[in-house]
Order: sequence, then C-alpha cells, then structure tokens
Amino acid sequence: MTDTLVKLENVGKKFCRSFRQSLWYGVQDLGSELMGLTSGRAGLRKNEFWAVSGVSFQVRRGETLGLIGHNGAGKTTLLRLLNGLIKPDTGAIEIRGRMQALIALGAGFNPLLTGRENIYVNASVLGVSKKDTDRLFDAIVDFAGIEESIDMPVQSYSSGMAVRLGFSIAAHLEPDILLVDEVLAVGDLAFRAKCQVRIQEMKRKGVAIILVSHNLHTITHVCTRAITLEKGRVIYDGDTEQAIDLYRDSVTKGNRTTSESLRAGTGEIRVRRLEIFDEMGEVGQDFEVGDFVKIRIHYQALRPVKNPVFNLTMHLIDGHQVTGIRTDVDGYGLGTLEGEGFVEIAIPKLHLLPNIYVMDAVVFQEDGFSLCDRANNVGHLKLKGGLQINGTAYLPHTWHQSSSTEAVIAS
Amino acid sequence: MEDLHSSMVTVYTPASQMRTPGLLVRSMWRDLAASRELSWRLFIRDLSAQYRQSVLGVLWTFAPPIVTSLIFIVLQSKRVISFGETDIPYPVYVLVGAILWQVFAESLQAPLKSVTAAKPMLAKINFPREALIVSAIFSVLFAMLIRLVVILGALVIFQFPVTWGFLLAFLPVLMLLLLGICVGLLLTPFGMLYADVGTSLPVVTQLLFFVTPVVYPPPQFFPLSLITKLNPVSPLLVGARDLITKGTIELSAPLLTVGGMTVLFLLLGWAVYRVALPIVIERMSA
Repeated sequence: MTDTLVKLENVGKKFCRSFRQSLWYGVQDLGSELMGLTSGRAGLRKNEFWAVSGVSFQVRRGETLGLIGHNGAGKTTLLRLLNGLIKPDTGAIEIRGRMQALIALGAGFNPLLTGRENIYVNASVLGVSKKDTDRLFDAIVDFAGIEESIDMPVQSYSSGMAVRLGFSIAAHLEPDILLVDEVLAVGDLAFRAKCQVRIQEMKRKGVAIILVSHNLHTITHVCTRAITLEKGRVIYDGDTEQAIDLYRDSVTKGNRTTSESLRAGTGEIRVRRLEIFDEMGEVGQDFEVGDFVKIRIHYQALRPVKNPVFNLTMHLIDGHQVTGIRTDVDGYGLGTLEGEGFVEIAIPKLHLLPNIYVMDAVVFQEDGFSLCDRANNVGHLKLKGGLQINGTAYLPHTWHQSSSTEAVIAS
Repeated sequence: MEDLHSSMVTVYTPASQMRTPGLLVRSMWRDLAASRELSWRLFIRDLSAQYRQSVLGVLWTFAPPIVTSLIFIVLQSKRVISFGETDIPYPVYVLVGAILWQVFAESLQAPLKSVTAAKPMLAKINFPREALIVSAIFSVLFAMLIRLVVILGALVIFQFPVTWGFLLAFLPVLMLLLLGICVGLLLTPFGMLYADVGTSLPVVTQLLFFVTPVVYPPPQFFPLSLITKLNPVSPLLVGARDLITKGTIELSAPLLTVGGMTVLFLLLGWAVYRVALPIVIERMSA
C-alpha cells in the first residue's frame, strides 16, 4: 500500500517572456519533435527562462502533498506537467495509475444545455463512462445542492451554482492520483467544508493527492507533507509547518525593502526607520503568540510640527489589514516635535495568530487626516507556530473542565 | 480495480515521441478507443446546443449547397457562363457536386475549428485528443446525411433510377471526408499557433472550389485538364457523383492513388496532431 505513484526526476520546463517569440519557438519545437530530434531542449534560447527546474520528488499512495510558493513560482506549471498537458524540457515524470485533475471546473460546459446534460458531458471529458455517471448522478446533484435547477440551462445558473456543479462532478471521480489547483476556495463555507471532507475521504481510500493552494490553512488541514517552490526550484520538501514558514520567509524576502515609490505626504516630518524589541530589550523579529513587544518609530522633523498623529498598521502579506494603532484614538498628545526622535508603542501581549505581519508607519498632521508621511513595509514581525489555530483573532483565554452529570445530560 | 489502474504506467520525458513509433501507434489506438464515448457526447452537445438556439435549425444545413447550386443553375441557364454540356442534367450535376464539395470543405476546416473551440479544455484537462476530431467527423457526417435528402429529392424529380451504386458511393464520399480531415489535421498544429492559418483556410477553400470540377464538367484538354489530374479532390468527387447519379464508377489510376494516399496521410496527420498538441498547448495560457 505504500508504493510510489508519482515520481519526478530533475524535471525542468522553460518559458518565453515574449509572446511572438514564444510562438516561433513553438514552430521550432514542433519541427524538431516531428523530425524526432531531442537535442536543444535543455538549453535556453533568447528571452527564455526556467519556469520549473531541477524538481525531483515522489508521492506515495495515500499521501497528500501540498505545493506552496508565490505567484509564478511554478506550481501551476508543475501541475500541468504532471497532468501530461505539456512536455518537460528536462528530466522524467512517471505516473503509476489513473490520474485525474480537479483543475478546470465545469470544463466543456455548454451554457445552453441543462445541468443534467452538462453533467454527462463534463464527466465524459474527465474520463468517466456513461455507466459510472448514471451511478453517480444523484450523488453529484445532491453534493452540488442544485436539485431544483438540474433541468435548467446552465446559463441561468448563478456563477456559484455553476462552480459547485463543476466541483461536484470532479469530486466524484475515482482516481489513484488527484491533482487539485486552487479550487477548494469555491462556494460558501458549508460547501468548502463538504469539499474538505470529500478530500479526506479520498485520502483514506489511498488516493495520492497533490494540492496547490494559496490558502495555507487548506494546506495544513489536508496535507501531510509540503513542498515550497521559489522561482521554479524546490527550496524545501517535508514537514508542512516548516514549508509554510519558509514560504513566508521567501515572500518577505522580496518584500523587505521600504518601497520609496509608494511614499506619500507633505514630508515636514518623516519616518526614518522602525525597530522592534522583545521583553529583554533586544532587537528581534521572531515572537511567540502572547509575547511582549515594543515597536519604536524613529522620526525626523524638518521644522517644528505641532501635535502630529502617529499611526502604526499591521497587515498580512496579501494586504489584509489586521490592526491599526493611532495616537489620537488613544488620546496621546505628542506636543510640538522638532529634530530627531522616536515614538514607542508597547504591546504587553501580542495576541495575533502565527503568521508574518508587515508594518506601515504613518504620520498625520494635527487633524489626523492630512498625510505628512507614509512609510510602507518599514518592518515586519513573525509569530511562530503552525496553523492548528486559525481564524482572524486570537483571544486571551483560560480553560476549565467540570464533571457535573447534569451538564453532560444537558448537552 | 486499484491494481488494474496501478499497472498503468505513464512516463513523460523530453524525448520526441517520433523516436518510439511502436509506443506512439499503440497509444494512438488506445486513445481512439477511449475517445468513443466522449466524441459522441461532444457531438451531441454541439448538435443540441446548435439547434436549441435556432428556429430554422436543420434548414441551415441545406442552405449552403442549395444556394451555390441555384446560383450556377441560373448562370448556366441564362448563358451568363457556359461550362459546356454535362452528361447528366445540369441541376442534378451541380447539386450533387455542391453537396459532395461541402463534405470536403467542412471536413477540411473541421479539425482546426473543433480544436480551437476546445482550447480552454485542452489547456487544462488531459482527455483523449482524438475525441475532438472524431466528434468533428460525426458533425460532418450528420450534415451530409441530412443533405442526402436533397440529393434523393433531386434524383426523384429528374427521374433518375436509384441504383445500388448509390449505396456504393458511400466509399468515395468517406474518402472525400477523410481527405479533408487529413489535410485539416496537418494544418491544425500551425493553425493553433498562428491565426493566419484559420483566417486563410476559407479563402483557400473558395479557391479550391473553382479548381475542382464541382459546377463544370472535368476539362478534357491541356492545360485545363491539369485541374482534374493534379487536384486530389477531383477524382473522389467525380467518382462519388458518378456512382450517385449513374450507378457506375471508373476505377481510374488517380482515384485509386488518391484513395491510398488519403489513408496513408490520414495516419500521418493523426500522428502529427497527437505529437504536436503538447507542444502547442504549452504556447497557450492555462
């Protein structure tokens, strides 16, 4: 039961930056493929780059592998290679068993046809016979939750319904290896939960699953192992938590410098830099949930500025703001500032979820509205830990257990 | 069932598939077999979608060859143009010719059309690629069967005897279809890369129409007789028309040569299509 179903060895794929040139290379490749020549595939031509290179890994039966990386790190290209849609330029891919991909939901759907007709078309495209589709039909409709609309043309479906139907068909496939790309994010919460349950079921049946997702929670929930990709290369293969950690590092690496182009404001007072200290007063960036943190914003006022307002915001790498702290909201008056100095914020318990938080420092004039300076990405801090806890807030709390019989009956 | 699947091993490498012809041919047949159900499904899908958004439906299938025929019947009867005498009444000659031509013209354009329409699916799903071609063949066959009604009508009106040759005509008609498909298949990989191919195809088809004896009898004298000698469509079309209208066929050397070459080139076109698709898909966005 632990045989290897997917094996990649030194797999590489190159892409071309210029579209026109890419088409011409296509003709060249076509020529050499038809003439039976294989040489020239391993070298880069003008304007080409390696979208995936030197990738080797194996996936066993029942294993669930997550692929993580930035946009353009090569995840989707890797899936397309695995799926046999495009040919590798180097290396070899070996697939044992029947592979199916949960990638293009509702492929082959014709909007004029009914849901019922489209189920048969889509299932057939995905390689399911009519006999098997007949058998699975009710389960598919039920899973998608569209019993009433099944005989309506798909063009009258809401986009959510169409996607649910597409997913539902794909979710009833019975492959040995399943490729999943970003589709678990479709539908409402209840549907997403159903999808995850379905994936777990497949996993128990011994299906090898390769999953690509930007949603790191999905990866932690579903995957036992993960690979971090950076610029087409595998930089880590192993423990999911560690892989996510490295992915976050690689994201902030490209993000670390303050982007001067985004700087705005009148500039009479400017943020110079930002420092983060731990409980011992040491400069640091890595923290545990609930740690003490002190953030120091260094400023320089070119001329006396009366009652400026300081604002510190924290956001996730995807831009979602987590919190913002303002001196005017807190009723902390700064008086007139001149020359260099710093403003400090002490946070006694950092109750944020494990993740990387990027900070922007903003200085307003006395009205709390007119911008003096905005410094984006002036610093970031990382809260260690896996994704066993997730959500948007982490509440300070205590637990208590009691064994009263009434309580058990009541529940 | 799992063990059955596990015995199926697929390997993807940069090596050209042309280097392992045995493997290529085996996978071609395997996928052709695997595409039976899908190609039928796709055909039914396209057909029902086509008629669901149309009032006159099947009428549009009759229209092109009938309109072409009418134009030439009028031109010929008013002596605007004169192609010389045909051995059978001109209306039947041109109508049967136009319908047969339509079989070739449609099958020539079918592979590229079918594959272009399925681009999003091709870029994301690995299904037997043969299905697109087979479903396109079904579409051409379906249109042809509908048009048979027109031919039968014309034969009855002009009091032609319907002979066994009518059934035998199936063979050259099929060759006509396969010839179109085979040229279409060879053009498809380039047509997917460059839009020029798809744009020029109707123009070229139009041109071919005039160098094929569809609306005029085959010229007997040099240099115009080259039209029938060099154009591979001519012997098939003329042969099929003779079988339908006269019940006889002249088994000439060109006819047999074109027939044999069609089968040969069809296999080649199929292999080219298969081998080329992964390379072409790479150049399209996912």
